[in-house]
Amino acid sequence: MGGRESELVLLDENGIRCDGRKVDEPRRIMIKAGGLKNADGSAYIEFGDNKILVGVFGPRDVHPKHMSNTDTGILRVRYHMEPFSVTERKNPAPSRREIEISKVIKEALEPAVMLDKFPRTAVDVFIEVLQADGGTRCAALSAASVALADAGIPMRDLVAACAAGKVADTVVLDVNNEEDQAGQADMPIGYMPNLEKITLLQLDGVLTPEEYKKCVETGINGCKIVYDLQKKALHDKYFGNGGD
Amino acid sequence: MDNKRKYVIPGDLVTTGPFRPEQNVVLEGNRIIATAIGISEIYDDAVKVIPLTGKYIPKINDLVIGKVVSHSSLSWELDINSCYVGFLPATDVFGRDFSAHADELTSKLRTGDLVAARIANFDRTRDPLLTIADRDLGKIDSGDLVKISPSKVPRLIGKRGTMIQTIEMATNAAITIGQNGWVVVSCEDPEGLLKAKKAIQMVDEHAHVANLTDQVKEMLEKKGES
Repeated sequence: MGGRESELVLLDENGIRCDGRKVDEPRRIMIKAGGLKNADGSAYIEFGDNKILVGVFGPRDVHPKHMSNTDTGILRVRYHMEPFSVTERKNPAPSRREIEISKVIKEALEPAVMLDKFPRTAVDVFIEVLQADGGTRCAALSAASVALADAGIPMRDLVAACAAGKVADTVVLDVNNEEDQAGQADMPIGYMPNLEKITLLQLDGVLTPEEYKKCVETGINGCKIVYDLQKKALHDKYFGNGGD
Repeated sequence: MDNKRKYVIPGDLVTTGPFRPEQNVVLEGNRIIATAIGISEIYDDAVKVIPLTGKYIPKINDLVIGKVVSHSSLSWELDINSCYVGFLPATDVFGRDFSAHADELTSKLRTGDLVAARIANFDRTRDPLLTIADRDLGKIDSGDLVKISPSKVPRLIGKRGTMIQTIEMATNAAITIGQNGWVVVSCEDPEGLLKAKKAIQMVDEHAHVANLTDQVKEMLEKKGES
């Protein structure tokens, strides 16, 4: 943090970022619903150079039994990075960071899913990061909500996620790995576009109150872009031929 | 397609106004929002979404096909392709004079057996209770099990049973459809069995296609010539 001096030009005089994007332009996003046969629901997302696969099981029996709740179903999320997902081999054992991300994604999905219809059951979400390039938690959250919808879990809304941040004193949308390392702030946002509710908001870095507001606004606009693609992915799978 | 039916995904607005929310929709303020991927339907004063995906949720009086997974001294446990296991009490099979010492449960149903059962009782506090005390219920001795998505069962039955009748007539097969998406097909003629199974799978894959009954009929007739 703190905008270290480096050869990397994060933002040039024309307002073009290090990977050629404009300040309010997200990376290339591709979402595909389904694809895994054995999981009840699945999704695959490519978010810039991030590649993430999500499988969902459930509702199903809870094991261990003591975790089950007689009032409602429970949601369990595992975010995991493949050893080959980053440049240096990553130990496949769950790290501190992965445990945290599993927790925040779970909490970001909980307001959307309605598991009270399935007491004593669990819905398991398995997120595998095949390739990471900054902003995996947002990409993973977006893909997870598509996979949950694909599995037929009742949901109030899809959760779309996108990050915003501050790079070279400018608020930008969808911070990539370089910008995350060298930038000044990173703010992942999870958002339910129809209900207009934020379900995930983290901030790493320092922002003034004005910048903070602008960041949230920018992030929400990004979420809306992601949401359209999530919708399209589900439409393609379910209403592909013979759609209206 | 009339404007009352549309394709929805979770979060989509189905309609606003004074409608009664039924399956797979929630009321948020005055907006009725879909909670599942499916086709929304508005009729009279109610709104519902017919889901295209999802697990089977037991409903009282549903006919289901279950597979025995285990038993205790008093009951069997059946896999009914749901998030809950079905309980079939021994008294239901042996009658009132069932005695846990004298009667051996495995003499009637063994692990792996298929059973056609009706859901006698189910609510959110307990697992579904099954019964086989009815005509046409009980152990299934012969036939092949075909698994389809539970959300496509109504499509397989068709309007007033037209689809299933078409398949049964063309192949001479006896088909038992469980609401849980498990279907047992039995047929004396092996070719008819194969054709019936293929037709069922076709319905599963192409459930959203219009006038599917005609297509299935066409497929069945074509195969008959070759």
